[in-house]
Amino acid sequence: MNIDSITNGIVLDHITAGKSLVIYQYLHLDQLKCSVAVIQNAKSQRMGRKDIIKIDDALDVDLDILGYIDPGITVNIIRDGKLAAKHTLELPETLTGVIRCKNPRCITSTEASAEQEFYLADRERKIYRCRYCDAAYR
Amino acid sequence: MRHLIDIQDLSIQEIEDLLHVADDIIADPARFAEVCHNKTMATLFFEPSTRTRLSFEAAMLELGGRVLGFSSASSSSATKGESVADTVAVVSGYSNIIVMRHPKEGAPVVAARHSDVPVINAGDGGHNHPTQTLTDLLTIHREKGRLDHMTVGLCGDLQFGRTVHSLIAAMSRYEGIRFVLISPDELKVPDYVKQDILEARGCDFAEVRSLEEAIPELDVLYMTRVQKERFFNEADYVRLKDSYILDPEKLTAAKSDLCIMHPLPRVNEISTRVDDDPRACYFKQTRYGKFVRMALVMMLLGLEEPA
Repeated sequence: MNIDSITNGIVLDHITAGKSLVIYQYLHLDQLKCSVAVIQNAKSQRMGRKDIIKIDDALDVDLDILGYIDPGITVNIIRDGKLAAKHTLELPETLTGVIRCKNPRCITSTEASAEQEFYLADRERKIYRCRYCDAAYR
Repeated sequence: MRHLIDIQDLSIQEIEDLLHVADDIIADPARFAEVCHNKTMATLFFEPSTRTRLSFEAAMLELGGRVLGFSSASSSSATKGESVADTVAVVSGYSNIIVMRHPKEGAPVVAARHSDVPVINAGDGGHNHPTQTLTDLLTIHREKGRLDHMTVGLCGDLQFGRTVHSLIAAMSRYEGIRFVLISPDELKVPDYVKQDILEARGCDFAEVRSLEEAIPELDVLYMTRVQKERFFNEADYVRLKDSYILDPEKLTAAKSDLCIMHPLPRVNEISTRVDDDPRACYFKQTRYGKFVRMALVMMLLGLEEPA
């Protein structure tokens, strides 16, 4: 299967097979006006199977969340048809509006204006805690 | 603008400054009688409380300030479904400082974000209660003359006790502190307290089941209530409850300068026969609570000690 190469944009490579649609939703790619290609179950020497997302003509996508969803992703920035930069991901320090606190005693369960916010409490063990009640997200 | 939501919002230096001001107030309360003249404290208690609310109100009145507020959610617009954010936005227009207790964890974070005046967390569910911890720190400082290099025993319900977790978080920042965590297996300190605080800070601690065995090495003994409803079956509760009751017999093995503390209310976990023991500090602790709250109100309002 052939997908046209892009001139200016972002290629998210090495996505864990099956996760591309989740990432598509988290990054709100449906709201972009440009072409977006989602490739599922591509062959990969390193991973066996992987997903790839190609975003054409858009470079201002907030990618911080990717480190939380799928830290193995490689982010390739393409400019003028060439690889301009390659980034590996880290867990973001904060997550806003991404995951919901499950603690029924947390104020976010009743206070409509309280946006869901989490901070990275332990990078090694990948533990995020709610900004309000400090409950760990599991 | 500063708020106090979590005891760890305060640096060690700031805590030292607060305890110093509290000491000065204790030494000469009359000097502070007008410090909060024309200042108003709003006490928003969405959940009932005796000691904490009265302690804050006494603190503000003794600083020469005024107090307004409500003492239960049923007497506020919360019953009409008003949000914390809206309540605080309104009340911050009527007051210079807000003291809030709320049953939901993290409610003071919401309050602080919508307030034009400093917010003090007076307890948010089972989560934080930083002014209780300041009270505990002032008590230890006054009774022991220091906050470092000592063995602190925490006894009873260490799983659900928010005062215990906050005190561990605060004391573990000082050098040479050893914690002896005395509880039944059912009520041990949660893993996150052990991993995120004690182990992360390299703190010396031991978990034991017997109060009698632990008591001889302690400089401070912080008692909490073992509640029947925390146990899965009554037989376990009956088996364990008496082993965590402090009485004069258990105290015979304790140091002569042990400092016995309790956040109160007490039910039966400290025998009333201990009350006259000079090592019993729990009623003094409540009085210290008022003084440290006076110091805190001054700090958050940016008020200097009077000459």
